[in-house]
Amino acid sequence: MAMPAAEIEALIRAALPDAQVTIEDLAGDGDHYAATVISPAFKGLSRVKQHQLVYAALQGRMGGELHALALQTSAPE
Amino acid sequence: MSDNPVFQQIQSEITANPVTLFMKGTPVFPQCGFSARVVQILSHMGVPFHGVNVLADPEVREGIKSFSNWPTIPQLYVKGEFVGGCDIVTEMFQSGELATLLTENGIPHTQAA
Repeated sequence: MAMPAAEIEALIRAALPDAQVTIEDLAGDGDHYAATVISPAFKGLSRVKQHQLVYAALQGRMGGELHALALQTSAPE
Repeated sequence: MSDNPVFQQIQSEITANPVTLFMKGTPVFPQCGFSARVVQILSHMGVPFHGVNVLADPEVREGIKSFSNWPTIPQLYVKGEFVGGCDIVTEMFQSGELATLLTENGIPHTQAA
C-alpha cells in the first residue's frame, strides 16, 4: 500500500485551499512521509485538532494506505 | 459514554491509570518505532505509565482510533484526556509542554526535557 506525495498534497490542498504544504518522502517507499502544513484554519486550534483536520483531509487513508505521516502544523505567524 | 464495550474497556483503562499509552508492543518490547519513541520520552522523564499493547487486542487496536478520532498508534492519555501521538508528544517534550501538562495533573516526573 503506498501513496504518491502529489496525491497527499492534493488532498490536503482540497480541504485546506489556503495552506502552505510541503511533503518529504522519508523512505522512498510511498509509505513514510513528513509533511508541514501551515494554514490560517489552524489558528487557535490545539495541535491535536490541527492534525485531525489534516487526517480528515486524507479521507481515511491515514493509518491504512498511508502508514506514517510525520506532521508539523501551525498557523501563519 | 456509549455502550460500545470496546469504548468502555478503553475508558476504564484511561480512568484507572493516570498515564496510559496505547502502543504496539509493550514498554519493555515496543514493536514499532513510533511507539518506542514515546516510551523513550516517558522513561527519560521518569513518568510511571500503563502500556496497553494493541497488537494483543485487535478490537482495541481499531476501537481506539474511533474513540479518539485519531487514526494511528501510539496514543497517549493523561488523566483520561487524549494528548497526542508520536509527533505531538515529541513536540510537547521538546517545548517543555509535556512536563507542564504532567505537573498540572499532579503526575510525578524526574526530568523536564
